[in-house]
Formats: sequence, structure tokens, C-alpha cells
Amino acid sequence: MTENVEIVKGASLWGDAWKRLLKNKLAVFGLIVISIMVIAVIIGPAIIRWTTGFTPDYIPSDVGSGELVSSFPPSMTHPMGTDDQGRDLLARVLQGGRISLTVGIISTFVSLLVGVSYGAIAGFLGGRIDNLMMRIVDIIYAIPYILIVIVLLSVFGGPNTPNWIQSLSETFGGAGNQGMSQIFLLFFALGLVSWLTMARVVRGQVLSLKNQEFVLAARATGVSSFGIIFRHLVPNALGPVIVYATLTVPSVMLTEAFLSFLGLGVQAPYASWGSLASDGIKNISIFPWQLIFPGVTMALTLFSLNFLGDGLRDALDPQTRKF
Amino acid sequence: MLSFILKRLFIIIPMALLVITLTWALIRIAPGSFYSGEKQLPPAIEENIKKKYGLDKPWYSQYLLMLGNVTCRTLAEGEVTKNGLQFSIGQTTVKCFDFGDSLKYQGQSVNEIIRRHLPYSVTLGILAYLLALVIGLAAGIIAALKQNSPLDYGSMALAMLGLSLPNFVLGPILVLVFALGLHWLPPARWGNLSNVILPVITLAAIYMAYIARLTRAGMLEVMRSDYIRTARAKGLNETTVLLKHGLRGGIIPVVSFTGPALAGLLAGTVVVEKVFAIPGLGNIFIQAVLNRDEPLILGIVAFLSILIMIFNLAVDISYGFLDPRIRYE
Repeated sequence: MTENVEIVKGASLWGDAWKRLLKNKLAVFGLIVISIMVIAVIIGPAIIRWTTGFTPDYIPSDVGSGELVSSFPPSMTHPMGTDDQGRDLLARVLQGGRISLTVGIISTFVSLLVGVSYGAIAGFLGGRIDNLMMRIVDIIYAIPYILIVIVLLSVFGGPNTPNWIQSLSETFGGAGNQGMSQIFLLFFALGLVSWLTMARVVRGQVLSLKNQEFVLAARATGVSSFGIIFRHLVPNALGPVIVYATLTVPSVMLTEAFLSFLGLGVQAPYASWGSLASDGIKNISIFPWQLIFPGVTMALTLFSLNFLGDGLRDALDPQTRKF
Repeated sequence: MLSFILKRLFIIIPMALLVITLTWALIRIAPGSFYSGEKQLPPAIEENIKKKYGLDKPWYSQYLLMLGNVTCRTLAEGEVTKNGLQFSIGQTTVKCFDFGDSLKYQGQSVNEIIRRHLPYSVTLGILAYLLALVIGLAAGIIAALKQNSPLDYGSMALAMLGLSLPNFVLGPILVLVFALGLHWLPPARWGNLSNVILPVITLAAIYMAYIARLTRAGMLEVMRSDYIRTARAKGLNETTVLLKHGLRGGIIPVVSFTGPALAGLLAGTVVVEKVFAIPGLGNIFIQAVLNRDEPLILGIVAFLSILIMIFNLAVDISYGFLDPRIRYE
């Protein structure tokens, strides 16, 4: 009986949030753009191959033989032009979007796993352990993590990738080559540095929840500490977690692009928006579209993700009014 | 207050050691080393290189030697050194903060390299932070005072754009328009003031956006609080209420953002230095990492970490002056 009541209440909370979100025009705009972008990067490359025959790696055979340049400006056949090898830029941007979005989502997922468990355990246990765990977070906050990530990526990149990452990338990424294991290394490197805010948020939530009656009830019925943390406390802290996860995705994508721009992130034969933009910068004064299309696509995606995150915060978490 | 500062200053020491240890361990755990290349070296030569750089000793004595050099150690009899800080206590000479010679730039010490390239990065960083502060604060205050007006929406949308545009895209676009298109400003390199304008704008954009959003949120919250109503009730004019009472509380989030902003600015200069061909410390760092130039990596990481930690401490101290309600135990 009480279970039914709870379900109805829960549904109305999410329904309410959804209604508030739909009222926010900018958030809806963000949601639509993200949905289109996700669909485009999933099916786009296949459609291009089917209609025009271009793939992200296809280098036309006639280019480079008689002609001096292989970079063509945007036209009907190449809506975004071609890159300096004569490859169709639209196909490459869509393919790069797959990598960029995947890195953003999976790294955020890694940071969720670490941050939520860490924060929930610290908040639940409380006392000296909580104090120690949060001081560790404070210390890591003060370390310029980007320097460490750069060292980490360059030291473990290329032929030095640890075996477990290599075998992981062979299992999930198909053909085990160097570029793919570099991407898997990125997942962990970015995920492991972006969980700090998440841990703090979850800890705060758990602290305010753990003295409520439902936790006491769970304890009385003999649920283990592990069960209380992950079955009862974490689901109740989900609102802020979703909000921060949405805001972590763009910041992780930005960091990925930054690292790829420096040549430490995604590497050939793979491309991401960051590495495409980095390639485009070399020819900016002659072939500006090679920078502008990947750059603008990326900026539009981040713009929409940020708006969506802001909207979700207002909808799910009306109490906090941090910026 | 004084004990608070001393306690925090003291904490910086173990934290800096932690950062150095972590960086050193990362470099050492990875297979390969700075002398390994495409070609396999003959064993005799490899042996000699290892001996010269002390790599033949067990790892813990290498670690302790490194730690002694970068912090402080006493010099042995007759040992001469050109780097670091030296002073004598009685008969023994103590040497501190010696990161040794770079492995890549032969004959140049790490301290020397940092001293030579740091000014470029620091100039860019400080100018960018000032620009971001001035424009971000102004935009945030105006947006908060005219809440829900077109001015508010416009500046906040612009701020969101600033947050979403990567600086390596913004920089080249600025070059394309203002240097190559309009010929108003030089496209790259270091020299006079006109060289600095585009890099500083590129670097500042994202922090301008953050600060504008933080200021707006902070001001909106503060302007609703009781002590602002009291100030108005006293009959103070609106400007005084805003600047003397409102701003002091409203910019606290902005002040706490200084620490992360500084860390980000240091990372951001890497990109800006690359785009605008400026010989700053960021590029040197990236090169050092790619070359596995261990002393140089350690030196730069340690130097920048300590710089950031000191700034964070300064930020924490400044809270007390801004918000009279904050006290230190």
C-alpha cells in the first residue's frame, strides 16, 4: 500500500520537473539540438556513404594527380568542403562527433561512478572517515590537474598504453589499434579528474537524507549499509546528480578538444572535433572552412548542452541557485 | 587569523611534495625513457647514459636524491653547483630548489628556463584575468540589476556562447577577422601592446563568461537579503547600497573562482601560446612532456602548483575582508 503511494509521488516529482523544463525555451532548444546531433552522428555517415559515396577516410583518386590543391570549398557535393587530403569534411565532422560525444558521455559516466560512490560513502559513514575523505578531495582540488593529465596522456599514450586498457579497447572498440586504445585512455584520464564536484554534491545530499525515516526503516528491516547507500540514498539524490552530469559532459568535451588540439588526445586514424579543428588551424588563412565547420559544430553542441544543463538545474533543483 | 595563515602555508609543503612525487612516479612508471628512440641503443652506450644520470641506482635512492635536490640538501665537500639557492650555516653549505639541468636543452638549467619563459605566460595570464574581471563584473551587475530585461538575456546568452566556444577556435577566428581580414592587429608573435590584444581576448573570453554568470547569481541573491533592506531603510542612495554593501557580498563567488580560474588560465596559455606563436612557459611544458625531459617537467609542475596553492590561500584570506560574517578559527 505505502509502496503505491510512493510510486505516485515519485512520478509526479519527475513529471513536474519535465513540465518546468518544457517551459524553459532555451533548454528545449538545447534538447532538440542535442537530439538532432546525436541522431546525425549515429546515422549521418551511413547516409552520406549511401547518397554520395564519401566515407570519412575516402581520398578521391583524381585529387593530387593533376590538381594543385585537394581542399575544395563548400559546394553541393561537399556541403562542408573537403580537408587538405580531399576527404569530405561533413563525413569527417559527423564521424568526429561520434568520438567527441562518446568521450564526453563515457568520461562523465566514469566520473559518475567514482564521484557518486565516493561522496555517498563519505556522507553515509560520516565522522572521521568523512573528514579524511573530503580533505583528500580538497587536496586534489588544489592540484593543477591539467598538468597531471598532460603528463599522464603523453607518458601512457602511444606504445606505452597499459595492457588492461589495450585489451579493453580490443574487447569494446573492435580492431585493437593504437588510436582506439588512446581514446580509451582518454575516458579514464578525463573521468578520473572530473569526479570531485560530483563527490561533494552527493555527499551534501546524503548528509541531509541519511537521518530521515526511510533510512531508519530500511535499517530496521535489516538492509546492509551497502544496500542503504546504493538502493535508498543514491536514488533519492538523483536530481542534483543528473544536473551535474549534464554540466560535466560539455566540460569534459572541452578538455578532450583541448588535449586533441595539443596532439595528446584523439589521434589518427581517428578524429574528434578537437583534432579536426586543430588540423584546420594549419590552413586557416587559405581554407578557413576547415576550422570553422568543426569548430562551430562543436560550439553549437556545447552551447546546447550548457543550456540543457542550466534548464535541468532550474527544473530539478530549484533550491540551489549557484550560477 | 595569523595561525590560520601559518597553518595553511605549512600545508602547502606536503601538498607540493605530493604533486612532485605523483609526477615523478608517473614519468617513471611508464616504459621507455628520454634516451630511447626508434633505434635500439647498444647496451654499452645505454649503460653509460644510465650511469651519467644516476639511473643505475635503485629507484628509492634516485627518488630521495631528486627530492633532496628540489627541496634542500647539504652539499658534499668540494661539490660545486650553479643552480638553486645556496647559503652557508657554519661549515656546511645548504642548497635548495635545484631542479638540475634540462635533458633536452643541453647545458641549460631548469631554473634558468623557467625564469626566461615565465614572464610571457604571467603577463598574458594577469592581463586576461583583469580583462575578464572588469567586463565580467560589469556585465554581471548590469544583468542582475535589470533582471529579465533584454539586456539581461542578451549578456547571459553572450556569456553562454563564451563558455561554449573553445579558445583554440576563437583565437584563429579573431586572427582571421582582425589580423588577416581587417589588418588592424598583428596576427602573432610578441612585441608591443598591439601583439597582446588578440591573445588576451582569446584567453579571457571563457573567464569573462564565468565571472559574468557568477556575479549575476551572487548579486541577485545578495540584493534580496536583509542587510540590503536595512541599508536602503537607512536612506543610503542606491549607488552606495549597490557598491558598498551589495557588491561586497555578491562577488564572493567570483573571488572563490579565482583559484580554478588561475589553474585554467595556465592551461589556456598553452593553447594561446601555440596559436599566437608566443614563447611562453606553456609551450615549453608541452615540449618537455613530449621529450620526457624529467627535470623540466618536475620543475614546471612544482612551480605552477605552488603558485596556484599560494593564490588559493590569498583567496581564502580575502574572504574575511569581503564578508565580515566570515571568521577564521
